[in-house]
Amino acid sequence: MAENKPKPKPKIQKESVPIPKQKPEERRRNFNEVALGYTEEQALAEANRCLQCPKPQCIQGCPVEIEIPAFIKLIREGKFEEAVKKVKEKNSLPAICGRVCPQEEQCQKFCIVGKVGDPVSIGRLERFLADWERSIDVKALRDAPATGKKVAIIGAGPAGLTAAADLARLGHKVVIFEALHLPGGVLVYGIPEFRLPKSIVRAEVDYIVKLGVELKLGYLIGRTFTIPELLKYKGFDAVFIGTGAGLPQFMGVPGENLGGIYSANEFLIRVNLMKSYAFPAYDTPIRIGKHVVVIGGGNVAMDSARSALRLGAEQVCIVYRRSRDELPARKEEIENAEEEGIICKFLAAPTRFIGDEKGWVKAMECICMELGPPDESGRRRPVPVKGSEFVMDTDTVIVAIGRTPNPIIQSTTAGLEVTKWGTIVTDENGKTSLEGVYAGGDIVTGEATVISAMGAGKKAAKAIHEYLMKK
Amino acid sequence: MYKILTNKELAPKIRLFEVYAPEVAEKTLPGQFIILIIGETGERIPLTIAGYDHKKGTIKFVFNEVGKTTKQLGLMKEGEYIETITGPLGNPSEIKNFGKVLCVGGGVMIAPMFLQVQALQKTGNKVTTVVGARIKDLLFFEDEMKVYSDKVYVATDDGSKGYKGLDFLKDLLFKEKFDRCVVMGPVVMMKAVSEMTKPFGIPTVVTLTPIMVDGMGMCGVCRVMVAGKMKFGCVDGPEFDGHAVDFDGLIKRQRLFLPEERLSSLLWEKLGGCSCGGK
Ligand SMILES: Cc1cc2nc3c(=O)[nH]c(=O)nc-3n(C[C@H](O)[C@H](O)[C@H](O)COP(=O)(O)OP(=O)(O)OC[C@H]3O[C@@H](n4cnc5c(N)ncnc54)[C@H](O)[C@@H]3O)c2cc1C
Ligand SMILES: Cc1cc2nc3c(=O)[nH]c(=O)nc-3n(C[C@H](O)[C@H](O)[C@H](O)COP(=O)(O)OP(=O)(O)OC[C@H]3O[C@@H](n4cnc5c(N)ncnc54)[C@H](O)[C@@H]3O)c2cc1C
Ligand code: SF4
Ligand code: SF4
Ligand code: FES
Repeated sequence: MAENKPKPKPKIQKESVPIPKQKPEERRRNFNEVALGYTEEQALAEANRCLQCPKPQCIQGCPVEIEIPAFIKLIREGKFEEAVKKVKEKNSLPAICGRVCPQEEQCQKFCIVGKVGDPVSIGRLERFLADWERSIDVKALRDAPATGKKVAIIGAGPAGLTAAADLARLGHKVVIFEALHLPGGVLVYGIPEFRLPKSIVRAEVDYIVKLGVELKLGYLIGRTFTIPELLKYKGFDAVFIGTGAGLPQFMGVPGENLGGIYSANEFLIRVNLMKSYAFPAYDTPIRIGKHVVVIGGGNVAMDSARSALRLGAEQVCIVYRRSRDELPARKEEIENAEEEGIICKFLAAPTRFIGDEKGWVKAMECICMELGPPDESGRRRPVPVKGSEFVMDTDTVIVAIGRTPNPIIQSTTAGLEVTKWGTIVTDENGKTSLEGVYAGGDIVTGEATVISAMGAGKKAAKAIHEYLMKK
Repeated sequence: MYKILTNKELAPKIRLFEVYAPEVAEKTLPGQFIILIIGETGERIPLTIAGYDHKKGTIKFVFNEVGKTTKQLGLMKEGEYIETITGPLGNPSEIKNFGKVLCVGGGVMIAPMFLQVQALQKTGNKVTTVVGARIKDLLFFEDEMKVYSDKVYVATDDGSKGYKGLDFLKDLLFKEKFDRCVVMGPVVMMKAVSEMTKPFGIPTVVTLTPIMVDGMGMCGVCRVMVAGKMKFGCVDGPEFDGHAVDFDGLIKRQRLFLPEERLSSLLWEKLGGCSCGGK
């Protein structure tokens, strides 16, 4: 443990070691990863910036409470294998979290070095370790004898994968049922290749399979089997629901069904899951025009905009109804998008889409907004300015205004308590209103983050283990 | 992996498959569909389930070879495997004793209609069935339908067999009283029949086939307007009230990717993918 070793106070290096990236003018037309990752020297230099605080603040910012100073210390000592082990005690998917965690809001926000300069780049170090580990052969080990208990995990997103890994390590027989034909949830169908290469998701999934987890793809639970059937007839002792928030929302304005108007989910599923950027080598098509408009301001909007650019759009414009200060996307991703040439139009919202004679969108009418008093989310509410309508030309629109929970489980599981927003009600350990049924991730919280979904998967795994051992 | 047990030609470019998929078969009810993907680079395509055997663990579907995926599928041999089949998807049909039911099946959808007819007859309905196709060579299951229907009518677009077109239905509707009408077929046909039954106030159920990707409510490409509200074909349907569907909107959305689909199919044929070797 870090706290029982006194150490000399190093001089604080104020700037973090920058992460090498593809140049904006190159990367805006390819799907290769944007950030390239630290080399060994860079990782050592960055690790040396950590003060090894006796009372580390960073840990409280991490939803899965990784022992951050401890793993950084191991990096400094060049003990990468042990460092990975340290991280994996708490986080079975470090290559992914190191890339997509909103670290500036989480661990790094609390890092003490951040008070005098850049915080220690915890996420990049985590990524370095995970990438290093992938370059050698990993042996996955179960650390407990078989219990004879069987758990069904529904959904192979971060919540389900994490719960599966933990339960398998505790000696339970785990089967994951995933509705799509590939595992990973948003990690494969939503987040694009240039931010999270799919080979990494595959490697992390392989690791989980090595732990003995069985993966059943193409099983839509609620249709192929229901949860009561899994518990009653299929021999499962407990179920974890990690089905995520994947139902797209539309705006309900006229013309929304015109050709060329995609929900962000449709667009991203086509591009990422079905690899339509490689059409016709892959069979699923996508059509991108010259002037693409993306509506919304979150990570999903940024990912859609940057993907559209890479698919060959001449101009990509993000239309957001609030101002820059309220943009919910990660700062780093907004900067990346702007560097690549994406334009943002703030304080505007669509009121109608105008189609051509073939039923394809050709323009969008918007209305200007101003910010009123804060709403229930604490952000200032956008209010339309009367008479401020304007028209902009566009041939492709991507609607990225939010996603709600997948509804099939809720409507096919009698007695499962659900909120009016469609999320599943659980206690703090993920237990639902039904015995032996647990849930976590976006299906419980609504749209959140990869690491919070993993945190929920971890907590539920612990609770399921306790339940099974008592049963 | 799902083993193909039967690959049979029912009519030119129309094939019936029977596939071993015990977990899908176990839960299937009439009106539901599957999504299949042939292999890694494939597209996810929806097909209506046209038969199932809980004991044998098999499902049947019938498809038209219209584009790359369905042509590729048609070339697969008995004993080969389809990579993924997800299902049963969508809501099952409402099957109960309605009284007298008019079932209209057109084109390839005659096959799943046969399943409906059987189920409706078994629950005590009097079933009048219409099978329609473009030309007489594309008709199938006429005799099978007769076993489960009180009366079977045949219609073709060119009049090469039975009635020419569906106009005769108007007279039928004047002469006989139906309590329900079920239509499965091309969108234009479902639209025409729905328009005919509307003045008679006969509840009419249509099976919509919008473009789909995931088939589980995640992408919204399958959106259709029903009674002025946006519905997702895959999770809210596939069956809807024929008198409330915006068919013209659906037709437009079905054609969205036509140029890409043609390109994909053409390239595949040019590269010798199909049995005709590029002719
Ligand atoms: C485009 C995009 C970008 C994002 N970027 C970031 C980011 O940079 N950083 C970050 O932290 N978060 C990001 N997020 C959010 C993050 O991805 C999610 O919060 C997280 O993936 C939620 O994990 P989950 O396991 O709860 O659900 P999901 O990842 O949604 O996985 C749910 C899985 O369950 C499956 N499923 C659904 N219903 C059923 C059923 N009935 N039967 C079987 N399987 C079913 C689904 O197919 C899916 O695979 C982003 C989200 C999107 C869409
Ligand atoms: C719920 C549902 C059930 C279906 N059931 C059946 C069935 O039982 N048998 C069957 O043969 N087909 C059925 N279809 C249509 C079938 O999915 C398409 O024919 C198939 O996707 C074509 O794939 P492809 O790659 O071979 O052709 P593509 O190259 O994708 O398309 C070729 C041609 O088919 C048209 N097409 C594509 N998708 C559809 C669609 N969804 N509806 C109508 N035309 C389409 C295209 O416009 C084009 O003209 C169903 C569709 C849905 C949504
Ligand atoms: S998992 Fe995320 S929040 Fe936790 S330490 Fe790693 S990057 Fe930070
Ligand atoms: S707060 Fe920062 S400096 Fe302190 S231990 Fe954590 S990472 Fe190191
Ligand atoms: S097919 Fe994607 S939502 Fe229906």
